[in-house]
Amino acid sequence: MRHTLSVLVENKHGVLTRVAGMFSRRGYNIDSLTVGVTEDPTISRMTIVVRGDDDVLEQVTKQLNKLIDVIRVTDLKSEETVERELALFKVSSDVSNRSEIMQIADIFRARIIDVAPRSMIIEVTGDESKIDAIEQLLRPFGIREMVRTGKVALRRGAKGVSS
Amino acid sequence: MTESTGKMTGARALIECLYREGVDTIFGYPGGVLLPIYDALYDSDIRHVLVRHEQAAAHAAEGYARATGKTGVCIATSGPGATNLVTGIANAYMDSIPMVAFTGQVPSSLIGNDAFQEANITGITMPITKHNYLVQDAKELPRIIKEAFHIASTGRPGPVLVDLPKDITTEEIEFYYPDKVELRGYNPTYRGNLQQIKKAAAEIKNSENPVIYAGGGVISSDAAGELKELAEKIQAPVTTTLTGMGGFPGNHSLFIGMPGMHGSKYANYAIQESDLIIAVGVRFDDRVTGKLKSFAANAKIIHIDIDPAEISKNVKVDIPIVGDAKGILTNLLKYAEKSQSEEWLKKIEYWKKQYPLHYIEPATGDGIKPQYIIEQIKEACEDAIIVTEVGQHQMWAAQYFRYKEPRTFISSGGLGTMGYGFPASIGAKLGKPDKVVFDISGDGSFQMNSQELATVVQENVPVIIAIFNNGYLGMVRQWQELFFDRRYSSTCIQDSVDFVKLAEAYGALGLRATKRDEVRPAIEEAIKSGRPTVIDFVVECEENVSPMVPAGAAINEILDLERKE
Repeated sequence: MRHTLSVLVENKHGVLTRVAGMFSRRGYNIDSLTVGVTEDPTISRMTIVVRGDDDVLEQVTKQLNKLIDVIRVTDLKSEETVERELALFKVSSDVSNRSEIMQIADIFRARIIDVAPRSMIIEVTGDESKIDAIEQLLRPFGIREMVRTGKVALRRGAKGVSS
Repeated sequence: MTESTGKMTGARALIECLYREGVDTIFGYPGGVLLPIYDALYDSDIRHVLVRHEQAAAHAAEGYARATGKTGVCIATSGPGATNLVTGIANAYMDSIPMVAFTGQVPSSLIGNDAFQEANITGITMPITKHNYLVQDAKELPRIIKEAFHIASTGRPGPVLVDLPKDITTEEIEFYYPDKVELRGYNPTYRGNLQQIKKAAAEIKNSENPVIYAGGGVISSDAAGELKELAEKIQAPVTTTLTGMGGFPGNHSLFIGMPGMHGSKYANYAIQESDLIIAVGVRFDDRVTGKLKSFAANAKIIHIDIDPAEISKNVKVDIPIVGDAKGILTNLLKYAEKSQSEEWLKKIEYWKKQYPLHYIEPATGDGIKPQYIIEQIKEACEDAIIVTEVGQHQMWAAQYFRYKEPRTFISSGGLGTMGYGFPASIGAKLGKPDKVVFDISGDGSFQMNSQELATVVQENVPVIIAIFNNGYLGMVRQWQELFFDRRYSSTCIQDSVDFVKLAEAYGALGLRATKRDEVRPAIEEAIKSGRPTVIDFVVECEENVSPMVPAGAAINEILDLERKE
């Protein structure tokens, strides 16, 4: 079972280490973790995807809350949340298959952001399954390199997780 | 913010902050980057106790905190000084003891440079502190110290470390001490939920086999009085953990001793047959629960604790009540009524008679049984503070003394640190100078911090170190005897030290007892002397701690191990 936690933390040095250290020390697995500043420059938001049953989630949440620099932890339920991830794929390509790759990118509303004689870089944004799907389709051409940002998420509607 | 009290250096500001926090005693060891701080200490009213190894400074600060309830303070220099504190900080973290540790750090410009005596102590102590700080701006120093003391002493107490780069301590700042702390990520819950308290009261009323399982939280929240009232009102037996000793009177008819691995049989039987466990300030440690699956399998569990992360961490809790034990027990007393425990208490009395804690006196007459020493210390000085090291002697001290008051038993519970007791006893004695303080020790544990004899002599701290000298690292030897076919691998330390001469070399009083009838006179002489004293009690060398729950077994599978003569 995977959960997406939205964690508001003090925007101070060392906070990421405290959070990551707590996960490793207590043996919890992080699937992905993103961090960036929020609308309030003194606060950062970490979006952490964690794997585990309800008991694990409860402990993770409580242990996060025990960290002095953690301000708030929210378990984002997927039905009330928009989630996005960004990925870049560097795919082997030449004249013979360039248009075929561009068609795939088009279907996924992805963008070509670099074209070279023997490669292209494709940028795609979406939820995890969409990125998995385009990866499957690009793989036969030869993925030279790929990078994924990990998930970011916000709750739908006017109500946030900050207040 | 209060009014500025003028310009001063960071070092002077640190001393000013300590005054404002009511600190009168600190334990430490100087070093290069601490020179400005030690210069400021030189003409302050704060008593600085110079230890002989920084580990002892941390343990002494903890002993001081445990004996007094105040926050203990220690200080060490950068690099090795700071890393030497680590064991003491980890110990305070495991047992939730309020402590602020200050460490010197290389100047800000050199941090990250692998400078001389540089160690990343905030990184090293991150998992063993409640919080820690690297001060990066001298102006923030007072606020950080205020926060450090606040965090250490509130909620679930614990150690906080403040790392002080040398340039921070020499910089001049305008001194403001904040009136209050604003930490948006830290708001411990003190008041227990009333609905939960009422639910607990209803369960208690209907319960036939209730057991109160109380721990260190009762001591730190100063709730021993409320606990006693509750136990008497609902008529439930009380078992206290190692860190909860003294939280309930050891001579009370409802007291059933310690639970778990070396607990009393009747405490373990009571837990296993209970229909309602009322857990107060405990964390269901593996040494208490034994095999988790079969722990109190038929009981509903009420768990009162200030740390929500302890609820259902190891054992599934039916009625959690998060908050301060004292306040919750006070409220619970309003709603709780007598339980249906008449038959249960009879059964517990029967168990107490049938399976008492006991040991067999040597047939030949003049050998010394370690349990006998504990009983004699108790008879000689019942209101002493007993501090212990870790091992067999620790368990005997927990089993046979029957502590009556909180803060009279001080021991390393969670971390199990050999070498803890002697320095902790220094802190306890300085915190409670009117009390007689014993360090119950083993010949192994004592040698882990025996250099502190220099400290107690120089500072004139008259603690009494009672070495239970059996020539073995006894607890490990006991396990080797039971589970490794008596192959005593690296546990025999016989005749390695003359502890009397060692004491005398440092200028302390050294006494020895080798026969049973020498035990009491040695204790009396040590108390009367008013000097730091080492008593070398030469005890039966293969005595075992009994009873015992083997590792991984259920706690009612508890065995008698006394050696037949």
